[in-house]
Amino acid sequence: MIPEIGHFALILALSLALCQGVLPLIGAHRNDPAMMSVARTTAYGQFVFVAISFGCLIWAFVQDDFSVLYVANHSQLSLPTGYKVSAAWSAHEGSLLMWIFILAAWTMAVARFNAGIPKVLIARVIGILGLLSVGFLLFALLTSNPFERLIPAALDGADLNPLLQDPGLAIHPPLLYIGYVGFSVAFAFAIAAMISGDLDQNWAKWTRPWTIVAWMFLTLGIALGSWWAYYELGWGGWWFWDAVENASFMPWLIGTALIHSLAVTERRGLFKSWTLLLSISAFSLSLLGTFLVRSGIIVSVHAFATDPTRGFFILGFLGVVVIGALVLYAWRAPGLDSSAGFSPLSRETFLLLNNVLLVVATTLVLMGTLAPLIVEMLNGGKISVGPPWFEVAFMVPMIPLVLLLGVGMHTAWRKQSTGPWIRLLRIPAIVAVLIGIVLPLFFYGRVSLLLIVGCAAAAWIVISSLIQPVRSWRRKKGSSAITRSALGMSVAHLGMGLFVIGVTIVSAFGIESDRAMRQGETLDVGGFEFELREIREVQGPNYAAIEAVVEIRRDSEFVATVRPQKRQYLVQKNWMTEAGIHPSWNKDLFVALGDQLGDGAWSVRIQYKPMIRFIWLGAFIMALGGLVSVTDRRYRKSAS
Amino acid sequence: MKPRQQRMLAVGLALLGIAIAAGLTFRAFDENMMFFVEISDVVAGEYPQERNFRIGGLVVEDSIAREEGSLAMTFRVTDMRCQVDVEYEGVLPDLFREGQGVVAHGRMGDDGVFIADKILAKHDENYMAPEVAESLAQHVDEKMQPLPDSSTECDSE
Repeated sequence: MIPEIGHFALILALSLALCQGVLPLIGAHRNDPAMMSVARTTAYGQFVFVAISFGCLIWAFVQDDFSVLYVANHSQLSLPTGYKVSAAWSAHEGSLLMWIFILAAWTMAVARFNAGIPKVLIARVIGILGLLSVGFLLFALLTSNPFERLIPAALDGADLNPLLQDPGLAIHPPLLYIGYVGFSVAFAFAIAAMISGDLDQNWAKWTRPWTIVAWMFLTLGIALGSWWAYYELGWGGWWFWDAVENASFMPWLIGTALIHSLAVTERRGLFKSWTLLLSISAFSLSLLGTFLVRSGIIVSVHAFATDPTRGFFILGFLGVVVIGALVLYAWRAPGLDSSAGFSPLSRETFLLLNNVLLVVATTLVLMGTLAPLIVEMLNGGKISVGPPWFEVAFMVPMIPLVLLLGVGMHTAWRKQSTGPWIRLLRIPAIVAVLIGIVLPLFFYGRVSLLLIVGCAAAAWIVISSLIQPVRSWRRKKGSSAITRSALGMSVAHLGMGLFVIGVTIVSAFGIESDRAMRQGETLDVGGFEFELREIREVQGPNYAAIEAVVEIRRDSEFVATVRPQKRQYLVQKNWMTEAGIHPSWNKDLFVALGDQLGDGAWSVRIQYKPMIRFIWLGAFIMALGGLVSVTDRRYRKSAS
Repeated sequence: MKPRQQRMLAVGLALLGIAIAAGLTFRAFDENMMFFVEISDVVAGEYPQERNFRIGGLVVEDSIAREEGSLAMTFRVTDMRCQVDVEYEGVLPDLFREGQGVVAHGRMGDDGVFIADKILAKHDENYMAPEVAESLAQHVDEKMQPLPDSSTECDSE
């Protein structure tokens, strides 16, 4: 009964979404307030029914209703309740329903928090979000109904993939989707502006907070996914340039460009058509990512089980959205741009460079991701592009980007005069270069050109991010304080600097060592002694495990004991590696247990990962910067 | 320098930078591109010389052999028609098992043994890399039995 209610609620949501997608748009065209006001009520109504539907699915999981096919395939009686809930979005059908739920939630938020924005614009935005929702609801109902029955019901489920039985992965997809789907709000604002042909600086002010919030969640989602891959996939990498990772990274890169471009549009009324194009691209890349993940055309460890009809549906949807948006763009955008100029040495120039470099980076990632597909279509054989290529290619635009970032922050809008600019930046620049040489040499005993560039760039970003907040803090009360918006920018850039330090140090000085090890044996890795004290069997709630007890010492002094495990989950019989990690702020010591090699020996992977925590810390601080900047007074003012 | 010359210089430097970057990127692409080669083709000697490539198939039952107490091991991989020996030294992925799908990155040694530097096994019981599935499907029927006419064609057997 409950699953049928869920299914029915989803159909009702579709009919409301149709109303939401059609009536307000007509109303906005005819300037009919009654029809426009439908937007708000249908948005609320649609959210309620989607929420009921999503709730029913979770209920079916918690109640172990194995007469529902999707539940029977992805849950199991002895699964801890928390994971029964997260199992709801562990595979295609449920995660699509979650996507729809999040879209409905964003739409409701737009319908609720829009004070100060013209009714016509809001009606159009909500209408377009409604049309997107129609597409996704049709996709769910026609190809991917999560409520499909299994008759006769299964006695027990096939269990949740053990890799997904982890708190990090339970919240990674929701965060990621809030980010992905959030870009549909920026997209809807862009389409609405193009329909009306009216795009001013206020439009950018209204769009910006939504975009920043979406970007913030996407940042957190990607960082969490990277962290999960690090400890749960068992082998200690933090980014693999896998097609699906790239699929989430490309919207992030374009979203980052969009935030910066919106800043120019808001402050100076420039880059209008460019901002529109980025809004369209960010959302289109989110859809492309969905297509890559769910159609199974690309080889990936993350790929969902495949079904060609689903692939065709998303491809069709992607085509309609992208072609529709681009046609509208070609028609409307040329009339929008203003002719205000700016000097070559100005904030505008640096933001333009930021955008160019981020778009180049996105293009490179896109090329590398799609290359296997394109080569195969041209009958060039089945190729794959290795992570080393992405690492080299990505660095090409990233090095100038991080170097220019510190300068751009301290450059005035319109025109910057050279004298004060050089006076302000020369000391930080010298300090940054010195740090770039001293940091690797003094702490890690080795230095190379790339290391100097990486460390100096990171130090440069950190120092230049701190200049403004520190000045404002030292200034007495009463004088003009730093705005939240500027503070948010500084914080986000500081996070970027910490991230660059982490990446540079861990790629240069990280050690990975695969070894054979016997009980009582001690190995030396990265100046630490790892002693295998004991191998024993332990029992978990739904798995049995072999656990190694490894004591870590430095110069014979005790540092930590880690307990890496090999788990065998009782239902799926899969083996899973659970790494033993001793984390600290400036390094991780990582031990993963491999196989029994015979003769009492086990294979182990021991890793020394200096500064790796800075990668996730940096990402977290970037997201924090986004949060600070959306609390800026001018956004709150327009909301109250 | 006049502003016009300055501008020309700036544009020239930018173009040079872009050209170098593009050159590096394409060279790196060529170095890191890896072809997938079917095992039957590997056995027939049709594989890229002097560079890494990927193979994939099922790990043959009872073919895993290791030196006691060491990381070095060998096993055989089949596409249900031909088989090739693979040599590997390192920690294996969790789902590496006899009778299961596997992808190996590496190069051909002189003695017809594939020397793998990386082994990938699927992360999910039901998921198999599409290229491996396709390669297998050419040589087996639905019940995973080799097709009658395919086993005779392989030179190595």
